[in-house]
Amino acid sequence: MALPPPDPQFVLRGTGAAIHTLHFSCGSQEPAVPVLFSGSENGFIHVWNLKTHRVDTALDGHGRKSVYCVETMGGKEQLLSQGRDQRICLWDLAEGRTAVTDSVCTENVGFCRCSLLKVAQGRWLMAMAAKALEEVQVLELPSKTSVCTLKPEVGAKLGMPMCLKLWQPSCGLQPLLLAGYEDGSVVLWNLSMGKALSQLVCHQEPVMSLDFDSEKAKGISGSSEKVLSIWSLNEQQNLQVYKTHKLVNAGISDITIRPDKKILATAGWDHRIRIFGWKNLKPLAVLDYHTATVHAVSFSDHKIPSERLLAAGSKDHRISIWSIYTQT
Amino acid sequence: VSFIPGGLDCSISFVSHVLGKVCVHGRQKEILSVLVPRLTDLTKSDCIWQRICWRLVECVPDRWMEAVVLGFVQRAPGADVLSRLLGNLVVKNKKAQFVVTQKMLLLQYGHTTAVLQNLLGYLALDSLRRALLIKVLKELLETWGSSSAVKHSPPEQQQYISKAILICLSHLKEPEIESCRQELLTSMMEGVKCHLDSNLPQIRRLGMIVAESISSKINTDGPVLKFQYEEDDEARELKSLLVQTPPFCVVPGPPYDDRNDETDAALPGELESNKKSHPAAPVKPEEESDAELDSDDDLIPYDMSEDKELKTKAPVYIRDCIEVLTGSQDVDKWEATVKALESLVRKNPAATREVSVELAKIVLHLEEKTCIEGFVELRQRAQVAILTADPKPVAKYLTSQFYSLNYSLRQRVDILDVLVLAAQELSCPKSDGKTKHSDAQKTRIQLLPGSDSSKDWRRIVDERIKSKTRRFATGRPQVERASGPNEFNSVAGHFFFPLIQHFDRPLTTFDLLGEDHFVLGRLVHALAILMYLAVNTMAVTAMGKALLEFVWALRFHTDSYVRQGLLSCISSVLLSVPAERLLEDMTEELLEARSWLGDVVEKDPDGDCRRLALQNLLLMENLKKKLKTVPS
Repeated sequence: MALPPPDPQFVLRGTGAAIHTLHFSCGSQEPAVPVLFSGSENGFIHVWNLKTHRVDTALDGHGRKSVYCVETMGGKEQLLSQGRDQRICLWDLAEGRTAVTDSVCTENVGFCRCSLLKVAQGRWLMAMAAKALEEVQVLELPSKTSVCTLKPEVGAKLGMPMCLKLWQPSCGLQPLLLAGYEDGSVVLWNLSMGKALSQLVCHQEPVMSLDFDSEKAKGISGSSEKVLSIWSLNEQQNLQVYKTHKLVNAGISDITIRPDKKILATAGWDHRIRIFGWKNLKPLAVLDYHTATVHAVSFSDHKIPSERLLAAGSKDHRISIWSIYTQT
Repeated sequence: VSFIPGGLDCSISFVSHVLGKVCVHGRQKEILSVLVPRLTDLTKSDCIWQRICWRLVECVPDRWMEAVVLGFVQRAPGADVLSRLLGNLVVKNKKAQFVVTQKMLLLQYGHTTAVLQNLLGYLALDSLRRALLIKVLKELLETWGSSSAVKHSPPEQQQYISKAILICLSHLKEPEIESCRQELLTSMMEGVKCHLDSNLPQIRRLGMIVAESISSKINTDGPVLKFQYEEDDEARELKSLLVQTPPFCVVPGPPYDDRNDETDAALPGELESNKKSHPAAPVKPEEESDAELDSDDDLIPYDMSEDKELKTKAPVYIRDCIEVLTGSQDVDKWEATVKALESLVRKNPAATREVSVELAKIVLHLEEKTCIEGFVELRQRAQVAILTADPKPVAKYLTSQFYSLNYSLRQRVDILDVLVLAAQELSCPKSDGKTKHSDAQKTRIQLLPGSDSSKDWRRIVDERIKSKTRRFATGRPQVERASGPNEFNSVAGHFFFPLIQHFDRPLTTFDLLGEDHFVLGRLVHALAILMYLAVNTMAVTAMGKALLEFVWALRFHTDSYVRQGLLSCISSVLLSVPAERLLEDMTEELLEARSWLGDVVEKDPDGDCRRLALQNLLLMENLKKKLKTVPS
């Protein structure tokens, strides 16, 4: 007899606007407080204290334009945020400051979230959608120098890049980029040469979100249709479809794989969060709390497994925090 | 008689004489039943016997030739056998030729298909005789294509000729078709025209099949003629005649059976080769999920039974519906509202009454925003529901809109349909909400006892009326219905009189008496039904009088649909208005109508009109009789 799905552990209220992005920062030791960053449609970034369940700080750096991506750069003192004001801002939050230290002008009017990858101490690579419609630009931070610009070949008709993921293969080679495009295909790019290694059409509709497990060389992508597509990367760096999973309702806004690679969560347009086992995409739970589209899901980076949390931000202005499958 | 001498130089003519005499005396069956099989065997391989056989038949005197030839053609088990037995008799002997090419094909039509096959196959088998085949075909086509033949000859003969044509076509070879292509085409065109003009569907179909076959023969490449008709056994049989099997079938059964078997055998083979190969499957993992050691097994899934498709909720209040339908941009909600509207209206009659006219207006003008299945039906049912919930104001609104400017024909006809359906519902005793017209009328109408003929017309009139109303559900047959007050009583007049008021006042976009006679026809039929449903209401007499005057004004309308409607109006009046009222208040109108009906019965070109008029006259007669028997 299966148990009914659990209720959220707690719900964060008070943003006053739809939430588009979430990011945990709970890895630091005591007495540091575990923190959740959320970016909202009203341009604010809220820093939530996960002990008191209240907003510690509200950052206003995007001119009241929607913030759709929030990432930390090594700890919660440094924050990166991306907004619809065509800017990527770098924040310094140490010791209670709330200052924007630097910003990158993307000149891109899309919704593609940027992707960060740490390559060395104090150095990051950031991939973002560029000014030209189909291009992706990779910058090195904090120097803001351009590493490469990834242009699809003429006539490829990929459309806008919808989601990006930079990753480093375990064998220590150059970092690679996975990009999901408007026409439903996922492309693997080689950054050093600036060309595409493999392209796979996974969906009939735009790829809304993707995530990749570099250990197993397996990735998953979700789209505006009813299908989740799981693909793998073989030794020749070729993408192949591994499996597809049909959903009950169409539309996925966000997918994320838990850091321990055991489960993954999807944020759906049907207001539901679905949990699957990563190994075989076995459906595990459907969390039905929100009353509008869920825009973002994120797993926490707690060191102690039993404290791990899942956060989901929705258009109904709520962030639900769940504690699920924390025993493994 | 089977003592055909073994010697080669005896005279055959004596035998021929005997044969001929016996045949002509009507003993064909006996003698030929023995003779033909014997001869068949003997002539199978032996040329000498073949020649003997030919001599035999050639020597039969002319006056008995017909009987002999007929007998042979009927008896022979196949065209090739006939060919062996008769040889070129038809070419050599005039009488035989006449019998085979003219008499059996054109003058008689009682022979079976097998006989036809024999005959025509026989003609086709030898080059000398093929000329005759073509001649025969041309004559057959001439008959087939002659309009007087189509009109006056019995259907059986026409079928026989059609079969003969098809068999001839099946025997024709390419060069022959080439040579007479033009003639075939001309005769086909003429013939098809006469056949399609006919009133009998069987003749039409025969024409279509033959024309299709001819067309397929003469246009082997390029588009062929294709008609739409009902495919039943007869059609299939005819079509199968077009295909000839090689003459190896030993069993002389009906030819088309063999051919059908062959085509059946061919079909599965075809289907198999047409099977599409399965689309290439995506790269599957080698390990099956069951075999793999699954470390996910320790993750126990939660109960996911609540995970269903997301549905937009429809509004629960009528006023919300109004809001959604008028203003909302949310198409999902709009769709859900349209689907839920009828049931909401029926569940909340009081709430509907508050906003009835507004709602009726909105629904009347409702255009299909998204593609909903059965949108037209949904809209109509919603309108009927609104009308029945609050009849007077909504009827007033709808009838006024019927005669207003700038409505499309569809909307006006919609109004009529909605009025009729609502009237039906209102006049029916309420049971479980689903109305059934025919039940109600059985309990209400006890007008005229009758002889069989009078029952007949009543049934026919009812059928006619039933056929004009669309039904959404027939429900279960119910024997007894609890009686309740007739809700149509109070509103019948409101439905009826406004509709009849302005029919002769043309508007710029709507002229009932002019081009929009389709709507006029529908209006007249609707009035007939409303009249019929108004039986036992208070307004029925006034309605009847008005309707009779209306009919009188329109009685010479050129459109037969309108006239049929007018006649149904009269039927309804006669059926609904109580007899006494008819006599007292409407005597002149009735007499005028009577004279008109007599006219229609005799002179109207439309068969249905004449029938209806006759029924009305019968109705009137019965009415008179009934009133005479009742002591006043």
